[in-house]
Amino acid sequence: MADEAVFRGRGVAKFRGEGEALVTRQGISFFGGVDPDTGKIMERGHELLGKDVTDKVLVFPKGKGSTVGSYVIYQLRKNGHAPAAIINLETEAIIAVGCILAEIPLVDRLDADPISEIRSGDWVEVDGATGFVMVKRRVPRH
Amino acid sequence: MHLDSEEEGILNGREGAAAKKAMELLVAIGEVMGAERMVRVTSSQVSGVSYGNIGDAGLQLLEDWAENGARVRVPTTLNPCGMDLERWKEMGVDGSYRAKQLRIIEAFRRMGVSTTCTCTPYLVGNLPKEGDHIAWSESSAVCYANSVIGARTNREGGPSALAAAIVGRTPMYGLHLEENRAPTVIIDVQAELRTRHDFSLLGYAVGRRVGSGVPLFEGIRRADRDDLKIMSAALAASGGIAMFHIPGVTPEAGRWQCRGLERVAVGARDLEDCREALTCDGEPDLCCIGCPHCSLEELEEVARLVKGRRVAHGKALWVWTSKKVREEGERTGHVRTIEEAGGMVFTDTCMVVCPLERAGFRHMVTDSCKAAHYVPSTAGMKTTVAELREAVSRVMENGR
Repeated sequence: MADEAVFRGRGVAKFRGEGEALVTRQGISFFGGVDPDTGKIMERGHELLGKDVTDKVLVFPKGKGSTVGSYVIYQLRKNGHAPAAIINLETEAIIAVGCILAEIPLVDRLDADPISEIRSGDWVEVDGATGFVMVKRRVPRH
Repeated sequence: MHLDSEEEGILNGREGAAAKKAMELLVAIGEVMGAERMVRVTSSQVSGVSYGNIGDAGLQLLEDWAENGARVRVPTTLNPCGMDLERWKEMGVDGSYRAKQLRIIEAFRRMGVSTTCTCTPYLVGNLPKEGDHIAWSESSAVCYANSVIGARTNREGGPSALAAAIVGRTPMYGLHLEENRAPTVIIDVQAELRTRHDFSLLGYAVGRRVGSGVPLFEGIRRADRDDLKIMSAALAASGGIAMFHIPGVTPEAGRWQCRGLERVAVGARDLEDCREALTCDGEPDLCCIGCPHCSLEELEEVARLVKGRRVAHGKALWVWTSKKVREEGERTGHVRTIEEAGGMVFTDTCMVVCPLERAGFRHMVTDSCKAAHYVPSTAGMKTTVAELREAVSRVMENGR
């Protein structure tokens, strides 16, 4: 039986989605950092290098890099490789704009640190309208 | 965020799917940035126009928006695109790049955007009044508009500027609010500013040193429009500066008490450090003038410098401006003077956003620190910075 936890944050892009978590402590630049044709992270030196964001609930601190990143998020959606949802510590305009364009739920400012509370592989439901995030823990904690 | 009834209506889809999406986008930005309400804008200027910059991702979004009925409701102009729309072959641009660039321009045209592509909208008729709220995205034009014109804009991204144009509003935060326009640091200018290039070096030095905020410059007695234009570009390239004040020169400088602010001295040594940082060894083979796009007066200065001379074999002089300024320069004969000397006057694009590397040059000399800041990464070229007369001479016969 999976352990469950519920967090509440600020809903920025008011859509709903769920999927397997993919978590990193590093920022993500979608422009140049994520391949819009495959959904694979391609930023050299990134701890998620080679991982696929398709249908994942992507958890990272905040966006970085060029504002063209918003367009790349939109193109991921058109190509069938969009994340199911994004959770940021504190989001910024590149990610917010991209999520609105691509209709990806986006929540930030959770009442607990999502990067330590959520593990890659956990199942996460995100409600961008209410800001609620439900985590079904599948990955053992220490 | 508080929305009025018209804004609520747009958000609920009363004015169509495209306006609804644009409003959703602006509300999200407003909430992220802590805006309490929207403010009406009188003009917009949209970046992300070059195919080389936004790629297939941007092209797809713009065509989708045009198809979904997105239409701008305030005067809107474009940033430079990726090629001269007429003289693209001379730049080494190929047919497939050209085709996609033209599709981007066409998508903007369908949305009602004026397809004038320039980083100096204020020189070609998109000139706001002091106190106007606007949504501009070209960083040098943002800095110029806030500082020199006294209009109010944040540094927008391409999609947020387009969304603002579509609903005629932008979230009211940042530089739209009076209190955020106050000086945050005093720059004690101890260097003598002899040429326009010195203003570019000063902007570059201050951007590097203070990074962000609103600098107030002391020690600048006079500066013309083109000095302020090139300094705005440098401040926004080496730092994230979107506004500055110069007492006696810019319109809002006198509004503020500056007691207790941090003071930073910038002298000749700091300018020299920037010149060295942007200058490589070796001989330039391409001189680029026009970052930001040349005014008619700057076109005239270049013409005066090259009159009766020739560009050296194997080298090139490329001057960048808007279509409107080129047309004026054709009437005054300055374009012909530059072309007779072997130079080119390109429009709609610039050295930073066109595929400069395809033309086969290796080393660019320019008077603009912004251009020298970006070209090593955008085109993989070496750079040298120098004041206008010297920069031009480096590619002329019997030059240095």
